[in-house]
Amino acid sequence: MLVAIAVIWEGGKALFALPDYQLPHLHQIAADFLREGAGGELWLWIMTQNAAYTALESLIGFTLGGVTGLVLAVGFAHSRWLERGLSPYVVASQTVPILAIAPMVVVWLGTSWFSKAVIAAYLTFFPVTVNMSRGLRAVDPDALALMRALAASSRQILFKLRFPASLPYLFTALRVSATASVVGAIVGELPVGSRYGMGVVIINAAQYYNWRPANLWAAILVCAVIGIAFYHAVAAVERRVVSWSRTTASI
Amino acid sequence: MASPIIELAGVAKTFESRAGATEALRAISLAVEAGEFVSIIGPSGCGKSSLLRIVGDLVEPSSGTVRVNGKSARQARLDRDYGIVFQTPVLYDWRTVLQNVQLPLELAGRQRAEREQRPRALLRLVGLDEFARHYPWQLSGGMQQRVSIARALALNPSILLMDEPFGALDEMTRERLNQELLQVCAETAATVLFVTHSIAEAVFLSSRIVVMSPRPGSIERVVPVDLPRPRGDKTRAEPRFFELVTLVRECLREDRARASA
Repeated sequence: MLVAIAVIWEGGKALFALPDYQLPHLHQIAADFLREGAGGELWLWIMTQNAAYTALESLIGFTLGGVTGLVLAVGFAHSRWLERGLSPYVVASQTVPILAIAPMVVVWLGTSWFSKAVIAAYLTFFPVTVNMSRGLRAVDPDALALMRALAASSRQILFKLRFPASLPYLFTALRVSATASVVGAIVGELPVGSRYGMGVVIINAAQYYNWRPANLWAAILVCAVIGIAFYHAVAAVERRVVSWSRTTASI
Repeated sequence: MASPIIELAGVAKTFESRAGATEALRAISLAVEAGEFVSIIGPSGCGKSSLLRIVGDLVEPSSGTVRVNGKSARQARLDRDYGIVFQTPVLYDWRTVLQNVQLPLELAGRQRAEREQRPRALLRLVGLDEFARHYPWQLSGGMQQRVSIARALALNPSILLMDEPFGALDEMTRERLNQELLQVCAETAATVLFVTHSIAEAVFLSSRIVVMSPRPGSIERVVPVDLPRPRGDKTRAEPRFFELVTLVRECLREDRARASA
């Protein structure tokens, strides 16, 4: 797969005679990691530090958004009124471009990791709310009738039936959210004032793009790696938690 | 004589929907005595499943009274007086076979020792103790339904409500499970209300068969089954067995003739 990508990359570059500033060679991107930065540190080390910072923000945002999404979903599933009252705002929140909101959040909450985590959470909670409230409702009527026949309390129905039954729905949402939270954290780092993170690296690399295009490509590569790692971490947890399901996707 | 375990008096049910009202059941009166095995048989859509669910307080009757164990149907449900088996096994996918059978004990807040021992004994009773740690999807349809019978027996209920439990199974499996069910009933002395659309199954299992008319369902006739117990493969070959099967079939046919006339 990686070989195929490399062939297409270099082949495309040769075929369309793309200059380096449009599409650098793969070896140039690789070499950029081994170049020394302004402070004398290797770019590999600089990237790693910033990536770790972004990953941490994403993780906090992912957790925050996941919990928010879950709470909203349980609320919606329990009360039609709550759903009717709140869901228009939940939907509206996602129609506003994150790029427009991010600077305001940074102004309100400061340039620390917290504002980035909040932006990551903002992108995370929505898929969880939508999928989870569907999952909580999509319970087999006979499975509910059984609970009723066994005189179960509504608490028992939630924790012993609705919640476990909707775990596959939750994990589908978390897979989407995992990558979205990384995007959110990076977007949160873009506004002026931030000092660490891949967003900052991207802004700087973009400014020097004409001079050193490979740097931006390297940054993009690192961001992709964070997103993929998050996705697979969620998938791994899913395989453990939802091991009872035949339908746990392998992708 | 002791008061009946299940007593229905003038029960009717009309389902309201946007498309209009559908009368499902009309003037059902029935008394089931302790230890009886009563089957309800009738054409599809005659409301036999609704009748069972009314006894289990899963559906409200539109009128009439239902007494179960001398209490209201609701109180009997809250006291967990009955175990129920549905047409599909309704096992929870995320629980192992053993955990599925433990569910009723868990919900009732029973002691740990009982939660461990009783389900194991029940799985032995239905011949599935080797599969305790399997997940439902790893079992065949017949095995799943046996698990669901074990679950229905978990709280040792005096009443079993069964809604076409073997309807989705092949004939061979169905006959074997019929046999097992009779053994389970003999051992637990439960009173059974059993919905089916198989005439042979009803005759083989029951002490009485309630034949219902097409919609709106009402009791057409009650056929007592005087086949000796214990029943087994030989029962199915007895002339009396065929007579009863024919009798029930004729009752059902008369219904249909009258409905179409």
